[in-house]
Amino acid sequence: MKTTEVTDIKDSNEIEVEKLEDTPKGSKKSPLNSPFLIVGILIVMAAFLTFMSSQFLTVNNILNLLTQSSIFGILAFSAQLAITSKGIDISLGSILAFSGIVAGVMSQRPEAIDKIIEGFPMMPIWATVLIAIIVGGLIGTVNGTLISRFALPAFIATLGSQIVFRGGALMISGGRPVSNINPHINFFGSRIGGWLPVPVLTYILVIIFMHILMNYTSFGKSVYAIGGNIEAANVSGIKVKRNLTLVYSLSGALAGLAAIVFMGRTGGSMQPAAAVGFETTAIAATTIGGTSHGGGISTVWGTVVGALILGVITNGFTLLGINAYIQQIVQGLIIVGAVIIDMRRNK
Amino acid sequence: MTEDTVLLRMESIRKEFPGVTALDNVDFTLHRGEVHALLGENGAGKSTLMKILIGLYTPTSGKIWYNGEYIENNSVTEALERNISMIHQELNPIQERSVMENIWLGREPKNKLGLVDHKEMYRMTEKLLQRINLKVNPKQLVKELTVGKIQMVEIAKAVSYDAKLIIMDEPTSSLTGGEVTELFEMIRVLKAQDVGIIYISHKLDEIFEICDRVTIFRDGQFVAARDIDQIDTQQMINLMVGRELNELFPKIEMEKGETRLVVTNISDGKHFRNVTFDAHESEIIGFAGLVGAGRTEIMEALFGITEIVEGTVRVKGKKLNLTDSSVAIENGLAFLTEDRRKTGIFPMLSVGYNIVSSSIDQYKNKFGLLNPGKIREDSQAYIESFKIKTPSQETAIGNLSGGNQQKALIAKWLLTNPDILILDEPTRGIDVGAKAEIYRTISKMAYTGKTILMVSSEMPEILGMSDRIIVMHEGRVTGILENKNLTQEIVLEYATGVRDDFKNTVLSGKES
Repeated sequence: MKTTEVTDIKDSNEIEVEKLEDTPKGSKKSPLNSPFLIVGILIVMAAFLTFMSSQFLTVNNILNLLTQSSIFGILAFSAQLAITSKGIDISLGSILAFSGIVAGVMSQRPEAIDKIIEGFPMMPIWATVLIAIIVGGLIGTVNGTLISRFALPAFIATLGSQIVFRGGALMISGGRPVSNINPHINFFGSRIGGWLPVPVLTYILVIIFMHILMNYTSFGKSVYAIGGNIEAANVSGIKVKRNLTLVYSLSGALAGLAAIVFMGRTGGSMQPAAAVGFETTAIAATTIGGTSHGGGISTVWGTVVGALILGVITNGFTLLGINAYIQQIVQGLIIVGAVIIDMRRNK
Repeated sequence: MTEDTVLLRMESIRKEFPGVTALDNVDFTLHRGEVHALLGENGAGKSTLMKILIGLYTPTSGKIWYNGEYIENNSVTEALERNISMIHQELNPIQERSVMENIWLGREPKNKLGLVDHKEMYRMTEKLLQRINLKVNPKQLVKELTVGKIQMVEIAKAVSYDAKLIIMDEPTSSLTGGEVTELFEMIRVLKAQDVGIIYISHKLDEIFEICDRVTIFRDGQFVAARDIDQIDTQQMINLMVGRELNELFPKIEMEKGETRLVVTNISDGKHFRNVTFDAHESEIIGFAGLVGAGRTEIMEALFGITEIVEGTVRVKGKKLNLTDSSVAIENGLAFLTEDRRKTGIFPMLSVGYNIVSSSIDQYKNKFGLLNPGKIREDSQAYIESFKIKTPSQETAIGNLSGGNQQKALIAKWLLTNPDILILDEPTRGIDVGAKAEIYRTISKMAYTGKTILMVSSEMPEILGMSDRIIVMHEGRVTGILENKNLTQEIVLEYATGVRDDFKNTVLSGKES
């Protein structure tokens, strides 16, 4: 008998077709599964707080809320980049502190009594900003290189950095806060024209930058592709190693920028032990915003909404005078809830 | 056969999904101790029927009797309790645990203290393996077993549940010849123990060898059920496809053009060595060989995915420095990989992105920003011209059927406007109708001047499509054959190393 192998199915087409056909009647149409659910949650929370506290929906409080959210909002983009590429960056808090300390040390006033490096001139403010961003970016590049070229798991590489650069920040500053930084730094925590907070302005600029980066550049598209299927990305001519390194470089650079906003908000000083655990909140924000830890799925607006939800919780609980510890519990529950909903949606 | 030998009777089973009737009043009967083939093209409804049987789907209408008992409500747990087991195509054993731990997972024998009794487990496993005549050490780790053995352990597990009905879905798709023989032995043992087996396969020769009866579906409908000795291959195919199949290989005879690709003495240090060949415009070169001969690895190296440690690759006279796949793409190569899910699609990303993913740099404006309007336009054009069935181009490609994913991937590579197309098992997992369509596309591409390198394990495909055939054996080229008066037997002799035209050039190759 002649060998007649009619089809050799590795994966049966009909199974996939059925999957496609089977879903519409089920969960897809339920409002619980809309990607705009988190926007709804944000609106409901805001409406509830408006009802509960007359102070919530005032211009001043909203500006405060946005100011408070800006640092976590920026860091949340770092987290989004890493997680979209199917990695994670848990060194954000340490990068923030380290780049802040380095930039701060180089920008202390000459007459500062706590000057770390005797006789070191005070950098102009633009240089301070640049240094923080570059130092953050370099640490990120180290993370990225370990992950892309040495194939270290992202968790391990950034765990190492988290510890190393926290230690570095403590070492450089001798464990003491770096203060008496160039007073121009206060600009980054101030309000332009008495109303527009610079942290919020910075955050908005970063949002625009991220929106363009993720949607209108081949790099942004490649981050989704790498997170979605790294082997297919390799075959598709995407420069996987370079772009994966760049993900972490950017993540670090954004943490460096967040350090500037941080110093602006603290009146020109930097603690080496500052920002401990900030990466957790950043990861939480982008996760609530629909960034999938399976890689390849995230949106910039989702990350913004996620950061705002966390901001509204903090702000609202303060207004209502609820115990700050309960905030943490609620935060944790919201993350788990958001991921459950997200997983149902992506099933 | 009499009524009381009937193990399973499914009558007028109908299953509707929104907009689609997957099964339209089909009947299926299985007797005790019978091996019954279920045959049909992809989408014919075989899987749907099996999913109804194991309780994953509820039929829209229809009746099921099992073991003489009318079944009202079926569920996965109830199906298991009725001793119905399915051996899936893709197995997921726990690699780091032993054979016996895998078999008794979740129902380990316990001693008086409630702890796992490994001695008892070993004894039970030995007894079980003996019953189905399987020679495996119960303590061996699963990761040390071959795919074939893992499959047999899986069957042992089904038997350990005292299965009366076992469904085997493409059980031989990853087995070697010897393993297939072993599997068939086991099936005969089970048969003798009155177990009913539903055997899903597309390999007709296997069906003739092991099955007693065959039921054929087409487009969700019951077509025929015959005893195996009352049907022949051609009738089977015609019943399955519903039309006469001719001109499967619509090859257009072409004068080959100028030399386009010259590969000289390349080695990767592991999988292949001293590979030398050239390829011309409008030429289709088939790469034949047994699994593990190094064919896919050569293609990966030509595409810059893996490293070449020795030798050169020239395209149109230009020597390539293949650091990664972007270099290959820039120089006019395209690579449709063998494993669509693993190295082909970005499952959660849109169909549109998947189509442009290798050509994304074409869509940059002078600021380096992408033009989403142009991207949408181009991918829409390909979706329409390739008739890719998708609700919209924003749909995640993972939601499409395999055939449509494959079309999208072909579109993706044509969009890079390649001169040389590498096709690795281009028709794997594609039903016979769609195969002919793909062969036509390949012929057309060669006709328009493209060079095709086609790796295939299907001999008729290689012989039907190629201008020249390069045969590999254990990492070496043993023959570069003009496709004239060739037979499967000759190619096989080269593939097994019995014939070798380059025996002596190995040494001189190393000297140069």
